[in-house]
Amino acid sequence: MKTLVIAEHDNNTLKPATHNAVAAAQAIGGDIDILVAGADCGAVAEAAAAIPGVSKVLSADNAVYANQLAENVALLIADVAAAYDNVLAPATTGGKNTMPRVAALMNVAQISDIIAVDSPDTFKRPIYAGNVIATVQSSDVKKVITVRTTAFDGVSEEGGSATVEAVAAAHDAGLSSFVGEEVAVSDRPELTAASVVISGGRGMQNGDNFQLLEGIADKLGAAIGASRAAVDAGFVPNDYQVGQTGKIVAPDLYIAVGISGAIQHLAGMKDSKVIVAINKDEDAPIFQVADYGLVADLFQALPELESAI
Amino acid sequence: MKALVAVKRVVDYNVKVRAKADGSDVELNNVKMAINPFCEIAVEEAVRLKEAGTVSEVVVVSVGEKSSQEQIRTALALGADRGIHVEVEGRPEPLEIAKLLKGVVDKEQPQLVILGKQSIDGDNNQTGQMLGALANMGQGTFASEIKIDGDSLEVIREVDGGLQTLKLSLPAIVTTDLRLNEPRYASLPNIMKAKKKPLDVTNPEELGVSVTSHITQLGVAPPPERAAGIKVEDVAQLVDKLKNEAKVIS
Repeated sequence: MKTLVIAEHDNNTLKPATHNAVAAAQAIGGDIDILVAGADCGAVAEAAAAIPGVSKVLSADNAVYANQLAENVALLIADVAAAYDNVLAPATTGGKNTMPRVAALMNVAQISDIIAVDSPDTFKRPIYAGNVIATVQSSDVKKVITVRTTAFDGVSEEGGSATVEAVAAAHDAGLSSFVGEEVAVSDRPELTAASVVISGGRGMQNGDNFQLLEGIADKLGAAIGASRAAVDAGFVPNDYQVGQTGKIVAPDLYIAVGISGAIQHLAGMKDSKVIVAINKDEDAPIFQVADYGLVADLFQALPELESAI
Repeated sequence: MKALVAVKRVVDYNVKVRAKADGSDVELNNVKMAINPFCEIAVEEAVRLKEAGTVSEVVVVSVGEKSSQEQIRTALALGADRGIHVEVEGRPEPLEIAKLLKGVVDKEQPQLVILGKQSIDGDNNQTGQMLGALANMGQGTFASEIKIDGDSLEVIREVDGGLQTLKLSLPAIVTTDLRLNEPRYASLPNIMKAKKKPLDVTNPEELGVSVTSHITQLGVAPPPERAAGIKVEDVAQLVDKLKNEAKVIS
């Protein structure tokens, strides 16, 4: 059995989500190769080759893949996948964008967001915002899968020495082009990779009050998140959103501030190791999942917390 | 230009869905159903494009059992012009829904197809992208803003690190993210009017699609429960617990 893992990267660095996807591939078993599709992405291919247990890295280094346009990359993956039994990608916005296109080109179903591998054709995945875990079996000969990164501990980054092989195929669907991007620049760790996350909800009352979280985040080296309610209210941008339709996080410490704990939010953070909730409503559902609950006015508690840590 | 919007009937987002006691499936008896929230955003966007004069007709399509016609009527009440119901039994998989939608696209020849980025039942996030591949159209997924300019579409997408802008040639697929718009409420007169708007019913045979199953659901189970925690008295006790009991801060 052979599995192809699609690398997540920005042409310069290999993203840790790739290591989580390789872990899922190991749980399935068999040989593992990695496909790096990008432009001037040699350093990424080298980093992928250093992952222990990887047999081969396929490097499709071409301008048409520079911005990971789904229309182009999907054609490449479907082409390369002919030689594989499984194709896996992390369920990041990149993987979610491209992989269903790959599956449709291959005329197979996609199994989204797996959290466990029961056997090479049977997987567990959350449905209904994680209120239910479904066990699903695929009858497709070739499987296209996206991996919930928080459910698989990333494999080691060093120690391997896979060969790097160039893939010449340049697929340009001619349907789309890249115009630009606005990447949030922050000194803080990325939300999905942070070991501490502090999130604010509707209880923060406005965007300015998120500054109360920043001082604490700086001291703890934490990323800042938000509930959908806070995003909908326009307090913070959508890339802060933790939940069913936002980011899925599982840090060592998750601090929920002024968040009531709607099921859609819990879906994005309830696998965190330690959960702290600060809310003035003692009946808020967030307290049912919190290891430590503090019933308090956040405008008093946050400055106190900042000076106590 | 014509816009086609796909909508799905799902369990209302306020309902906490549970597994049946025998673990065979989720409990869907006597549960409130509604239009998928992301599909509602898709309808709203198409209607706004029509109000702006960019789109001339908004056609709404739903693949599902007969009851899905309720959600088509909801979309018609929000301002769509006519509906198409592709009647199928059971719960078709995203790939099959995409194939059926491709059949509708071939017939209707829309310049723009808008779908929700995911439905809140299966949480698959697949159908729009699959339709893009099958119909050989470009895709602007997780859209927070779209702008049509002649025969192309500029779309701003919500991605992990921030925002990305793409240019797509029309016809194209858009899947909606939360911030694309805030859907209106249907007024009573519009709900009444919607009952008289045309709604055609078709089926997989008429569209030339054979629906097959690739995935078997072997069972469902509740997620592991978190053990209930404790309430702390004040910030000092919280910090003490985090340092000395949980050992997550130093």
